[in-house]
Amino acid sequence: MKKVLVLGATSAIAQATVRLLAARGASLYLVGRNAENLDAVAKDAATRGAAKVESKAVDLNDFAVHEALVDGAFQALGGLDGVVLAHGVLGDQAEAQRSWTATEAVLRTNFLSAASLLTVLANRFEAQKAGTLVVISSVAGDRGRQSNYVYGTSKGALTVFLQGLRNRLAKSNVAVVTVKPGFVDTPMTAHLPKNKLFASPEKVARGLLSAADARKNEVYVPGIWALIMLIIKSIPESVFKKLKL
Amino acid sequence: MKSLESWGRYPQVEQSTQTLTWRSDALPRVSGSVLPHGLGRSYGDSCLNGGGTLLLTSGLDKLIAFDAATGVVRCEAGVTLDTLLRLAAPRGWFLPVTPGTKYVTVGGAIANDVHGKNHHRGGTFGRYVRRFELVRSDGSRRVCAPDENPDWYGATIGGLGLTGLVTWAEVQLKPISNPYVLQETVPFGNLDEFLVVARESEADHEFTMAWVDCLARGKKVGRGLLYRGNFAPPQFDGLPLAKSHLSHGIGLAVPMDMPAFCLNRLSVSAFNWLYFHRQNGKPKQRLTHYDPFFYPLDAIYAWNRIYGSRGFLQFQCVVPYSTARDALKDILERSSRGGLPSFLSVLKTFGDIPSPGWLSFPRQGVTLAMDFANRGEKTYRLVEELDRVTREAGGAVYPAKDARMSPESFAAYFPRRSEFAGYIDPAFSSSFWRRMHPVAMPFSLESERASGAPHPKSLLALR
Repeated sequence: MKKVLVLGATSAIAQATVRLLAARGASLYLVGRNAENLDAVAKDAATRGAAKVESKAVDLNDFAVHEALVDGAFQALGGLDGVVLAHGVLGDQAEAQRSWTATEAVLRTNFLSAASLLTVLANRFEAQKAGTLVVISSVAGDRGRQSNYVYGTSKGALTVFLQGLRNRLAKSNVAVVTVKPGFVDTPMTAHLPKNKLFASPEKVARGLLSAADARKNEVYVPGIWALIMLIIKSIPESVFKKLKL
Repeated sequence: MKSLESWGRYPQVEQSTQTLTWRSDALPRVSGSVLPHGLGRSYGDSCLNGGGTLLLTSGLDKLIAFDAATGVVRCEAGVTLDTLLRLAAPRGWFLPVTPGTKYVTVGGAIANDVHGKNHHRGGTFGRYVRRFELVRSDGSRRVCAPDENPDWYGATIGGLGLTGLVTWAEVQLKPISNPYVLQETVPFGNLDEFLVVARESEADHEFTMAWVDCLARGKKVGRGLLYRGNFAPPQFDGLPLAKSHLSHGIGLAVPMDMPAFCLNRLSVSAFNWLYFHRQNGKPKQRLTHYDPFFYPLDAIYAWNRIYGSRGFLQFQCVVPYSTARDALKDILERSSRGGLPSFLSVLKTFGDIPSPGWLSFPRQGVTLAMDFANRGEKTYRLVEELDRVTREAGGAVYPAKDARMSPESFAAYFPRRSEFAGYIDPAFSSSFWRRMHPVAMPFSLESERASGAPHPKSLLALR
């Protein structure tokens, strides 16, 4: 990926990914909400060797701007061959249970805005018959569980959407890579007690780029989550519904 | 509360932590005091805040700009010297002053006004800091430079993180034409010989430092090996890098705490004898990469674990030339009598280049640095004695290494401390600062006491 659009560039995994891309001399178009922080990420990337760095501060929940945003990225970099979609919120399960508004916000940010962006991007990439779409989903999307099913739903929906997209775009030589991290040590999880299962954003970024380079389909990062989720997914529902996971 | 340690793993305190992420953020609101904390390479308690919160600057690790034509780099304060070297060295720029490890943050280098093997030529790190931003708990942000908020600039350099949070800094690097150092090793038989050869070496060598056998006694007190070197001249440009030159990421690791008995007196003195005699009394020149020359210990990951879980104390003092010979003899003799061997003992001469930092440690004279395994009271008494000897010799002890200096010593070593105190952020504090300012001083300072009065017992017993 030489010309890459990064959505949610101020998130921890995206920042680590941007650093790796910059070190490779890629050109980058960075998108995030906070202009000041986005600029900090941009300057860091430029100093670390990115060929070109442009950025735009945008709230991706404003669906009306998606088309223009993608057009802008194509223009600024003289084309796009890669996208890393990394924006998302964890939400608060307890609050979401109390309030539909809270639930809707998570579903909107994590799934709907992503689907809207991917609709635009898929069409552009299908037309050019080239490119890689890398989207960060989550192990939480593999199975709904009581402690985070609203977040899980948003990611599960995303995963299924990406499966369909992969199927559609396979004949156009566009790779759709679904990256499913487990627990990652980032500001999103700052309030959670850390244990050995937490991976660093750097580790996830390396796994993400490695999967993108190899044009993989769905990958768990770190790989151990493939085994963990296999076990989680195979627990019969009659048993699972009684667990406190 | 988590317990982050300092490099010497002594003292052990309980404190909370908060990770900083964006330089644009205001300081987090916490109850109790805060202290910025980088990589925790300070040895004693200057990077600790027992009962308070450490603001972890590891997230403030972004680069901002680097001009490969002028060698000026701007970066966040959590960026490590290692990162700067990886960025700049391949483009022909090196750190103008570097301590013995590259795993310190720029913020830490500023807060301790670190020094290196070229102090006699280059002075301290603070001299090369062109400007930085200081953020205070009241939300104010100041850009500090020699010509902009110069008082904040002087207070913060060497200011141990107490004046506020440094978010970013701009440093002037120095040009090198290749990454190699031409190094010579010159043995010296005792302290007097060291004083002669060290001062002589300053004329033609940018970098000088000596390993000293601190177990040697009698006529051999202060014997050791002087390492002196310069960056290799342009004739050495373009030499292919052999893998073995680099310790970046490669090297031995000390995987667990080593049992304390590994470091008994006999094995250290045997090592010392072998090490001294292998030079055959002849100086030798060698070509080496900058990495093992400046950072020999960085190749051993977590070398501080070699001292076991009790950790160790490091003592580093500087004494003026006028009293150096006697004071250092005294210090070396007390250490070797103390029965507490020290592997890593370093002697170096400091030059007279002034630092902009008000609490800067290096000053003209001779500096000696030693480690002591923490054997409890024995060790504390020894280090406190060495502090007293230093004070009486008109020298100073380095806060970045210290765990036992007395408040009276601190007052003697840093005459600008009262001026400095006015710039401390009310929300910032450290275990070191509180130790230097215990709640009640039941007696007056040395200078005010009538002569003949007994020395006060260390206030540290109150802690």
